[in-house]
Order: sequence, then structure tokens, then C-alpha cells
Amino acid sequence: MRLTLILCLLTAALFVVSLVTGPADIGVMESLKALLWDDGGPVTLVMREIRLPRALLAAMIGASLGLAGAAMQGYLRNPLAEPGLIGVSGSAALGAILAMYTGAAAAFALALPLAALVGALVGVGLLVALAGPRGTSLTLILAGIAIAALAAAISSLVLNLSPNPYAANEIVFWMMGSLADRSMTHFWLALPFTLAGWALLAGLGRGLDALTLGEDAARAMGIGIDRLRLTVVLGTALVVGSATAVAGSIGFVGLVVPHILRPLVGAHPSRLLWASGLGGAAMVLAADIMVRVILPARDLKLGVLTALVGAPLFLHLILKLRRERI
Amino acid sequence: MTLLSVADLGVCLRGRDILRDVSFSIGEGELVGLIGPNGAGKTTLMRAVLGLLPYRGACSLAGLTPAQRARQVAWLPQSREIAWPVTVETVVMLGRTPHLGRTGAPDAADRERVDAALERMDLCGLRHRAATHLSGGEQARVLIARALAQDTPLLLADEPIAGLDPAHQIATMHTFAALAEQGRSVLVSMHDLGLAVRHCTRLILLGGGGLVADGPPAQVMTPERLSEVFGITAWYAQTDSGPVYQPLEVIE
Repeated sequence: MRLTLILCLLTAALFVVSLVTGPADIGVMESLKALLWDDGGPVTLVMREIRLPRALLAAMIGASLGLAGAAMQGYLRNPLAEPGLIGVSGSAALGAILAMYTGAAAAFALALPLAALVGALVGVGLLVALAGPRGTSLTLILAGIAIAALAAAISSLVLNLSPNPYAANEIVFWMMGSLADRSMTHFWLALPFTLAGWALLAGLGRGLDALTLGEDAARAMGIGIDRLRLTVVLGTALVVGSATAVAGSIGFVGLVVPHILRPLVGAHPSRLLWASGLGGAAMVLAADIMVRVILPARDLKLGVLTALVGAPLFLHLILKLRRERI
Repeated sequence: MTLLSVADLGVCLRGRDILRDVSFSIGEGELVGLIGPNGAGKTTLMRAVLGLLPYRGACSLAGLTPAQRARQVAWLPQSREIAWPVTVETVVMLGRTPHLGRTGAPDAADRERVDAALERMDLCGLRHRAATHLSGGEQARVLIARALAQDTPLLLADEPIAGLDPAHQIATMHTFAALAEQGRSVLVSMHDLGLAVRHCTRLILLGGGGLVADGPPAQVMTPERLSEVFGITAWYAQTDSGPVYQPLEVIE
């Protein structure tokens, strides 16, 4: 309970900091006031059209990645699992890349996220068809790897065939993941899919707890494993697909956040779901603040920062685990 | 009342017949030892009965939904998997999963059952330790306590005492016997024929893909059957403290 409270407070604080951080030089009180009361001036415009969607998206996407990471690790009973494993982020990225390559993304603003959502849908459809309704966790992983590899290969092909270096550049920058210049429209587009995914993943607690003792034991305790697997896949696909659609690929959050929080919830898979959702929101909010503070002039990409921070953190965790095993 | 009845049960896996025409039933208050050499189909039989494997024939548990079955029969698998370093108490509380309400929160009665199971398996001193940090034998006891906490009329246990020290092996068999005295029943597969003969009220012997014998231990464990099914000779005596059974040699 205390952990939940601390994480809630941390996320709320980071949300406010994210709102008052930006290139426009606006005072803290002034900016918050302009956000709440429309003064018709440019400050309200900046707050409501630029900073609010950015903070909302950071919190939402972070929560999605944390929650999906905890669910995947719980289902596969493997601390190295992460939401990208099922290939949905890869296929969503491919959809977005195709939108950029064909020029559809330039034609109207929502073409890119919509194409990414279609990509995610195709990816998860393939995954369910390949892994089957009665498959095992192994077939799921293998199908996910196959889809991720295929999506990556086609993405490379598109890059390879891109008509000019600028187009290639645009694609590469998009793939790094960012929340810069997103609007409320992006937020409203991702919200319904994200909420549906959260609802699916949040109901997994009891099943994931029972899975601690293995699939056979969980089934004998009345847990429907086939339904559980489908819920994990669909829930993860919904949240990761919509997150990738509006922000590109943001790695390491779904892997590192459950890892950090696991000891703090007594390794309970069900408690880890909620904690990781909050922790993920806090991590992405913090990272998105950092990219604006460290190099304000250079548009540092969010996905680059999460990887730069996440990878050493992950190494540290592995070393700690190794010491404990001895 | 019959807790489990199986008629003409057969299991075919990857085109190979593992079990054929197995029929038996278990009533209240029985401690049934399921014995047989490696590969005789003990685990397969139990998993089929639980609906974890496809099978031919009839089983009295077949009509139940997974949730109903979980309140009727508890399953203690042979693989002792505990994926996360959760506390001993948490693992045992998982046994209450089929009984929890919609909220998933345990109530006082659930906690009482967990306390009783911990006490029964001599785990009170370990209850706040991480289960994965315990020794193999201790983990086995934790998982037995988990199955006890499920509090079902019938318990199926797959080699639960393998890897336990002698005192805990005997204590576990006493625990199962106590359950039988309460009117519950336990079907336990095991390789320690001495303990099986001493503690079980009945033995079911599997061999060659089918049921070889079913009855009181003294009737099932005849020298002819042992040489035929297990390929061993053994020493058997009826002593003041019950039957004693000691395998001796492999028959060449």
C-alpha cells in the first residue's frame, strides 16, 4: 500500500514537472494557471496544445509499457520477457514506416498512427494464428520472434529502398521514439485502445499468481490457461500497438520497471502489475523531462534516452542477481 | 461416497499408447498408493484424471468446470516449480485460489487454512522466508502445504515425498493418513515401496501400460508381481510395528 502511494505521488509530481518543462520560458505558477484557466493568450495555447498532450502521453505510454512488461514476465515466468517479445511493436513500427514511405503520413496528420495501428493489428492476428488457441508459451515466443524478425526485415527493406536520404532520415528518427510535437488528437486516438488493453491486463492478477507454480498446477487450481494467454497477448498488443503508433518504439521500460519493482512487492505477480504501471508512467515522464533538460536544442529522442538509462540499469540488475545466486 | 471413479481409461500420446483400459474408483477415507516402474504411466494417469491430458474412457471428474474441479480435487505435480521468490506463506495461500471470491482477497477462514497447512508441514518457522531460497526438500514441503490448503475432498500427489529426509517422509505419510481419517482421500504416487506398504490403505500397481493389481498392500505386493513388474526380489515381514518391506536385488 505504501509503495502504491509513493509511486502515485512520484508519478503526479513528475507529471507536473513535465508540464512546466519546455523551451518556452514560462514561470511555474503562470503556466499551471494558464493550463487551468483559459486566458486566450499564447501561454494557454502552449500549455494545452503542446505540453499537456506530451505529459498525458508520457504517463499513458509509460503505464502501458510497465503493465505489459509485468504481465509478459508473469505469464512467461521469466524476468527477461518484455512487451516487444510478441512482435507487435515491430509490426506497428512497420505500419508507420510504410505510411512515411508511401507519403501517406505527409498527406494527413493521423495517417501515420492509423497505419501503425493497422500494422499492430496484422501483427497480433498473425501471432494468434501462428501460436494457436491452445499453444504453449514456447510457441508464443517463437511466433513473436518470427513476426518481429519479419517486421524488422521489411522495415529495413523499406529503408533500403527509400527514395532519398531525407525520407530515410525521417524514418530512422521516428523509429527512435519520441513524444515531441504530439497533439491531443494523438492522445485521444490512443486512449480507447489503451484503456481496453489496461482493462484486459489488470484482470490477470489471480491467474499470474497461480502460474508461479507452473502451468499444470495453475490449471488444476481452476485457471483457464488458454484464455489467460489470449488475454495477455491481446492486452499487450492493444497497449503496445497504440503506444508505438503515437510515440514510436520506446524500449527497456517494460523490461526494467518490473525488474526494479519486483523485490518491493514481494515478487507477487499480481501486485507487480499495478506497481509496474505506475512505475512505468514515472519512468517515461522522467525520461521525457530529461530529453528536454539535457539537450534542449537538439531534440534528443526519448527511446534513445530510455535505452541509454535502461541498459546499464539492467546490467546492474543482472550483476546483482549473479551475486545473489552464488 | 465415491470421490473418483475411472472406467476403461486410456491415454495415447504422440501415437503411442501410454495407458489402456484402466478402471478403479476411490471412496472416502482412503490413502491409495499408486506404484509402478518408471514410465508405467502414473503421472499420465493422474494428469488425465485431472483433465490436463486428452483421454479415452470415462472419469467422474469430467463433467465439472475447471473451477468446480479445483474445489473437488487438489493436484501436487512432480515438478517443483516456484517461479518467483515469494514467501512461503504466499505460496501456500495460492492453494486458496479456487475458493477466493470475486475480489480475490483472502478472508479469516482462508488464513486459518493456510496456518493449519503450514503447521502440518512443519513450516511455521519458515513462513516469511522466500520459498525459492529454501532447500529442495523444504520447497517440496511448501508445495505439499499448498495442496493441503486447497482443502479438497480428494488430493492427487505425484511423488510428493521424493527428496525429503526420512522424518519428513514419514510425517508426510502420516499427514495423508490423517486426511484419510477425516474422510478425505489421497492418491499418491511413490517409488518407496516400504513406505507405501506401511502407510497406504490400498495400492494400485501400474505396469506395461495398464493396471496390474488393485487392493490391500499385502495382496498387491506379492513376490511374483514384484519380479514380473519391477524385476526385483524383496524381503517382506509382518512385525509388531506393522509390515516391513525391503527391496533387495535386481533379477538378472
